[in-house]
Amino acid sequence: MMKSKADEEDYWNSSKFKAFTFDDEDDEFSRLKESKQAVNSIRRLVEEDDDEDDVEKVSWSGEPVGSISWSVRETAASNQRTDREPTFPKINTDTPTLSKSNSGYSLSSLFKGKTKGGNFQSFNDCESELHCMNEWMNDDWSPEETIQRMQQGKAFSLEKFRSLQDKLLLLDFAVSAHDGNVITAVLIYLKRTLGKEVLFRELESRQTALRHLIQYLTETRDQRLLLELLRSLCRTGPCTTGREHLSITDENKRRDFLKSCLSLPFSPEDSAHVQDHFTLLERQIIIEATDRQAERGGKVEIFQKFPRRASILNMPLVTTLYYCCFYHYTEPEGTYSSSLNIRQTFKISEKQYFVTALAARAKLKAWSDVDALFTSRNWLGFTRKKSPLSFQRVVDILQKNSAPTQVLQDYVALVDDAELRISLAQKHKCHDIVINTYRDLKDRQLLLGYRGKVERGSAEERKIDELLNNPRRRWK
Amino acid sequence: MSERCPVPLLWPRMAHSARRDSPELPDFSLLKRLARDQLVYLLEQLPGKKDLFIEADLMSPLDRIANVSTLKEHEVDKLYKVEYKPITSTSDQLCFLIRPRIKTVKWICDVANADKATGKFRRYKIIFTPQKFYACEAVLEEQGIFGDVTTDEWAFYLLPLDDDIISLELPEFFRDNFLAGDQRWVRTAGSALHLLHSLYGPFSKVYGIGRCSKMAYESWREQVAEGEQRTRQAEIGRVFLIDRDVDFVTPLCSQVVYEGLVDDIFRIKCGCVEFGPDVTSDKSVKVMLNSQDKVFNEIRNEHFSNVFGFLSQKARNLQTAYDKRRGMDIKQMKTFVSEELKGLKQEHRLLSLHIGASESIMKKKTKQDFQELLKTEHSLLEGFEIRECISFIEEHINRQVSMIQSLRLLCLLSITENGLMPKDYRSLKAQYLQSYGVDHLLTFANLRHLGLLVEQQPGETLTVMESKVGKLVNDKTAGKLTDAFSSLARKSNFRALSRRLNLVPKSGEEYDLRVPRDMAYIFSGAYVPLSCKLIEQVLERDGWTGLEEVTKLLNGNEFAVTGSNGADSKAKNDAQRIILVMFLGGCTFSEISALRFLGREKGYKFIVVATAITNSSRLLESLLDNHV
Repeated sequence: MMKSKADEEDYWNSSKFKAFTFDDEDDEFSRLKESKQAVNSIRRLVEEDDDEDDVEKVSWSGEPVGSISWSVRETAASNQRTDREPTFPKINTDTPTLSKSNSGYSLSSLFKGKTKGGNFQSFNDCESELHCMNEWMNDDWSPEETIQRMQQGKAFSLEKFRSLQDKLLLLDFAVSAHDGNVITAVLIYLKRTLGKEVLFRELESRQTALRHLIQYLTETRDQRLLLELLRSLCRTGPCTTGREHLSITDENKRRDFLKSCLSLPFSPEDSAHVQDHFTLLERQIIIEATDRQAERGGKVEIFQKFPRRASILNMPLVTTLYYCCFYHYTEPEGTYSSSLNIRQTFKISEKQYFVTALAARAKLKAWSDVDALFTSRNWLGFTRKKSPLSFQRVVDILQKNSAPTQVLQDYVALVDDAELRISLAQKHKCHDIVINTYRDLKDRQLLLGYRGKVERGSAEERKIDELLNNPRRRWK
Repeated sequence: MSERCPVPLLWPRMAHSARRDSPELPDFSLLKRLARDQLVYLLEQLPGKKDLFIEADLMSPLDRIANVSTLKEHEVDKLYKVEYKPITSTSDQLCFLIRPRIKTVKWICDVANADKATGKFRRYKIIFTPQKFYACEAVLEEQGIFGDVTTDEWAFYLLPLDDDIISLELPEFFRDNFLAGDQRWVRTAGSALHLLHSLYGPFSKVYGIGRCSKMAYESWREQVAEGEQRTRQAEIGRVFLIDRDVDFVTPLCSQVVYEGLVDDIFRIKCGCVEFGPDVTSDKSVKVMLNSQDKVFNEIRNEHFSNVFGFLSQKARNLQTAYDKRRGMDIKQMKTFVSEELKGLKQEHRLLSLHIGASESIMKKKTKQDFQELLKTEHSLLEGFEIRECISFIEEHINRQVSMIQSLRLLCLLSITENGLMPKDYRSLKAQYLQSYGVDHLLTFANLRHLGLLVEQQPGETLTVMESKVGKLVNDKTAGKLTDAFSSLARKSNFRALSRRLNLVPKSGEEYDLRVPRDMAYIFSGAYVPLSCKLIEQVLERDGWTGLEEVTKLLNGNEFAVTGSNGADSKAKNDAQRIILVMFLGGCTFSEISALRFLGREKGYKFIVVATAITNSSRLLESLLDNHV
């Protein structure tokens, strides 16, 4: 996806027409004709409104509108109103219906103005028409009517709603109309004409409006007011601080910001995460400084052999752990960059630590380290291999880090389930294991069959032959 | 396994129970022509040469309805993509074709203000599509640009992606509406419905479920009431509206039907996919995926396990057709070349593309242990071996395997189990943050808010609290409170729904994917998509009667209404079997496949209208917050 985006950018930057890839190759003229016919055919379905045609549309340069204006009018020919009964019933949409008596205006004043063609009327267009202008000047619409006009894209004015009661009525009607566009428009007006304290107080009991304001402030990046709003609602949580945090790019500032966040009223659980995040970033800053120097100095072998691909700053904890297992595995537990220290400090689970260390050491092909990870001694001093992860997964991780067959087979052999063991062994060509498993199963047929799969004259073939020819061996 | 199968493998041809009298679909190319003509009209509103700036996510939709010569004919000189940086255009007229977004309008203000500062005079025109918002005009006013810029609306609501798929191309609908609770797109959805109603209606029956569906219905109804009634023969009789948050399980499952799988892996954008060198073994190609592609059309709804067999059979047939050349005389050869060869070549090209895509899918899926992943998903759906599933997810997280995959499995676990046990929730969340970064605290807050990933509440605290508070206040405020609580108290009730609607067939039963017996085939027979099951049930009952328990589990908000023109003429029978399903918040290709199957079984034709085509990755990506 990223790639195709980049491609498109190249393409668009060049802005040359010949490279443009529209799929359509048809003759344009015939297409237009076809389109006209189609549009014409719908036109018949639309009742003509002659009054409408009287209003000649004029473009901004003063020229009359060209050839296809009619088709556009057809598309938008939805604004003609009739007094007929609604064909579909109204359903209850959860919000309380507001009583009209509050408004003090009658419904009859609604729609007394002429309805214009075109669903959405902008101020500019209106001003060109005396008709609309008149309407606008003489308007005495109620909050409800105003909201309806706003929904229909007709001219309106909010300035005359000055009492708090009117403003709130306006808001409540907007909310009950379920039109987010209008709700936000009213909120912008309220934000401009009401004190913050009053606005916030009123929004507390108006959840839908509140969410629209939060979204609007987020979109306009009005961080200051957004934080104030959320603080006044006691909603300090990840939503607010998080966004602010992400906009800080400098790591030291980021660290300081995080420190200031620690005192915020997060849930206890989240506050622990934020604390960890702070500690981690602090740690990363130290490691990054030291390692960058070591890398530049050119004296530390591992940085020469495996140059760092990116800075460790702002990486997740597990990535940091991997990094430390890769570059700082042998360090004593006391140092900041020691993998064991990271494990201790952040209480990383055994399994998580194991998976990460395994992948890092396998990547370096440090097979003895890998081996040591599994080795545990019991009280008698015997060693045995133990793993918090199923050996099937271990094999998978090793194989993805291109471990050689000799290494793989040690771990395939530890898979408990015989069937699974055989299938893994076959997949990774660990012949010995397959042969031994068949031997233990006393299955001569399978062993015979497997003989065909190993290389001719190889040690494996000889081993199979020895087993098959051994007269003392008992088969199933 | 399909090797054993004789030629007619696919159910379009063998579906025993399918009805043959399915009605014809209306012609939606009309929508494209209307949109194009309106755009041309708007461009003419700014006469003379002009440069056109197009918002990035409008380019593909624009590609589908117009071409560059259309634009050039109307004096568009150069085309640019909106990139939020200073512009290089030297034209004295600039036209901006954008979505109504504050960020973009701010950028345009910056451009205009920069011109003012350098004393450069230009004309500016902003075309908002599909509509403009007052908030955008407020930005123009604040920035001192209002009046210097003319604005217009391009009512390009609906883009037909195929014969039976129409998209609003508004992926942000999902986040804005369901996460932010911003209802700016409700009227847009109503207007889109209104457009369809005026061109292909009148509808006689509308069913729906979900809060947004109700609001969209109301908005549409009001717009119909404002407008003119027409008497014409309806082409679409019934409509079903459904909110995405009614069913989150379906879009979170791995898709295994060909079209869905292609979308999951290669991402289909606006009906077009880009196949890279791994598919073509040459350079990348962009391919339109729709019913025009004869090969694709036959495999798009197939379970992936059937696709290989079909393709290889097809390849053999093609070989035979080519082989006919042998032993032809010159005259026969001439006819062959002029009549058949072109078609064969075309088929050959398509066939090799889809074979390449299938191979690439196989490779990718084997690498990531797809079998095991599917097994986990099926166990979650069935509610079986949950501990094993949790440890599988945990290992996924520990190994830092795809961040989105891990999140998807976590959400699936939470929804199917009605929330995670507090101990599991904390541990998995902590591990997730360790693996993928603490920034995801925001993601978790979002997911909790939507009810996608939640902690189980001890006992019934919330419901009790809700009813207590409800008694204290009057009805008006109770509505608002329920609203506020709904996100917190939102329970998925998946297990109960699954039992009631029989969504998960008993395991252990053989399911022949070549002869699907129900819609579960789209998930290998493991799960019937909840969204489609609801549609099936409501259509069968002609309403919600008998589904009271189900709607209660889905938090209500269901409706079924009949229009006054509901039952007048008999000739409408055909239209009654054409059903428009509108998914508010997105729809997956798997759901579309399931509906196509249902349509064939019951003699319906479904038209899917979606605010956008979605899948698990798109859905979850839209809820991340670390990209701010």
